[in-house]
Amino acid sequence: MSKITIPLGPQHPALKEPASFKITLNGEEIYSMDMRLGYNHRGIEKACEERTYIQGLYLIERICGICSHSHSTAYIQALEELAGLQVPKRGLYIRTLIAELERIHSHLLWLGVAAHEVGFDTLLMYAWRDRELVMDHLAEIGGNRVNYAVNTLGGVRRDLTPAEIAHILKDVDTLEERTKYYAQVATEESTLIARLSKIGYLSKTDAELLGAVGPTARACSVDRDIRRDDPYAAYGDVQFKVCVDDHCDVYGRVLVRVGELMESYSIIRQLLKNLPDGPIAVKAPRRIPAGEAISRYEAPRGEDCHYVKANGTDKPERVKIRAPTLANWRAVRKMIEGNYLADAPIIIAAIDPCFSCTDRAIELVRPAGAATLTWGALRQHGIDWYRKQGLDFADLNKKLATQLGRVK
Amino acid sequence: MLGEVLAHLCAKPNTIKYPFEPAVVEAGLRGKIKFVAEKCIGCKICVKDCPADAITITKIGDKRFECVFDLDKCIYCAQCVDSCPKKALSVTNEFELAQLDKHKLRFVFHAPDAPPTPPAPAAQPEPPVAKTA
Repeated sequence: MSKITIPLGPQHPALKEPASFKITLNGEEIYSMDMRLGYNHRGIEKACEERTYIQGLYLIERICGICSHSHSTAYIQALEELAGLQVPKRGLYIRTLIAELERIHSHLLWLGVAAHEVGFDTLLMYAWRDRELVMDHLAEIGGNRVNYAVNTLGGVRRDLTPAEIAHILKDVDTLEERTKYYAQVATEESTLIARLSKIGYLSKTDAELLGAVGPTARACSVDRDIRRDDPYAAYGDVQFKVCVDDHCDVYGRVLVRVGELMESYSIIRQLLKNLPDGPIAVKAPRRIPAGEAISRYEAPRGEDCHYVKANGTDKPERVKIRAPTLANWRAVRKMIEGNYLADAPIIIAAIDPCFSCTDRAIELVRPAGAATLTWGALRQHGIDWYRKQGLDFADLNKKLATQLGRVK
Repeated sequence: MLGEVLAHLCAKPNTIKYPFEPAVVEAGLRGKIKFVAEKCIGCKICVKDCPADAITITKIGDKRFECVFDLDKCIYCAQCVDSCPKKALSVTNEFELAQLDKHKLRFVFHAPDAPPTPPAPAAQPEPPVAKTA
């Protein structure tokens, strides 16, 4: 049978973010996959160099909409190490609490997306309903559902009130009960098991060789978790189990994530029970002494690395971000080989990919005859091109202005 | 199973009738920023710390400062509120800020008149929080 290559993406209904996959098929079976990333490149690393540390913090937080706290904590840990800041215990506990709430919301979101990819939309509705409980708490503590902006240099910005603590504990009980039900569904529902088993197989050796991280690696019995191996924030003070599974397939990744949800509830209870009193932040200097630091953080999707080089001013000299999804891409190439085309969306979704986290660099491919345009020239080119098609935006803008004038 | 079905039949809808009813937001929501001109000392730390260049503070007289706030640039992180040493900036939970006309997104918080008038806190939506078109 001759091989055919089909493109998947950059706009694809199964994946919410743009990425292009070139899948070579041998009949229905995937022979190989090639991917093209970079559609979400926003130049964040370079932009950080032109902003002060405080301004950069909010930019770093916007790398990802799901794990915004992960990125900002990883960044700020590197800064605090450089500046020699001792974050108060209460600040660390609140930071860890937000991290675990974020893990719950990320895993529940993934559970819903994965269920949707395999056609189990009831689970999607259930999981996303429960996720709202966590989102409400994140909004209550941080002031926003997505970019909580809880971190600041030297601690956290918002404190917890006893009423909030009671509220969180109550909702954690509800969530635990519901997650137990999902765990039961995942282990007993034969259609789900049949759909996910032996899909996207990645052996332990391959996972280690290809540098897989997070739940993707732990589902291949790679016992690795930064929270335990290199404790940061308040993880040294809490007891938890690292969820490892030996299924090595998409089913294993579901089990690991559901297991991690249960551990997160237990961590949150321990944190709130032992929450120390005292200040939540220390005063931080505006200038960070020269030096370099690397910070590791176990984001919901895996290990997140931030490297910061300071030069003694109030702006960093270099910031480098290695998001967990980037580490997992090579594993996806391996695990997708030999599967059926219909399984491609769930295999890609099983690593919980985040394209905007990943896209840190792009390579420009310049075909012959390509030209470099300035921003102004490009804009003019666009206006002229549309005018040739009979569309004049100047007229439309005038029309809108008169309409608005009439409204006034 | 049957109990759940019956409970859902009798349950009230989860949706709220926004915008016909006011939406309930969290008390700590980071919404529009409020500026109290009387408290400002013109140190401009907020201008330096703003990640989005949304704040402009201009001196218009002796110890009188005017603040121009670009709501379309603001990312509502409330860092300026944390940075302000005199608590001249505060966060409100006003979130209905969409406008068709982008000029309306530029808010000017005027300074008090030179001979201080009776204290006029910059309460919204009445003046002295004046909108400029």
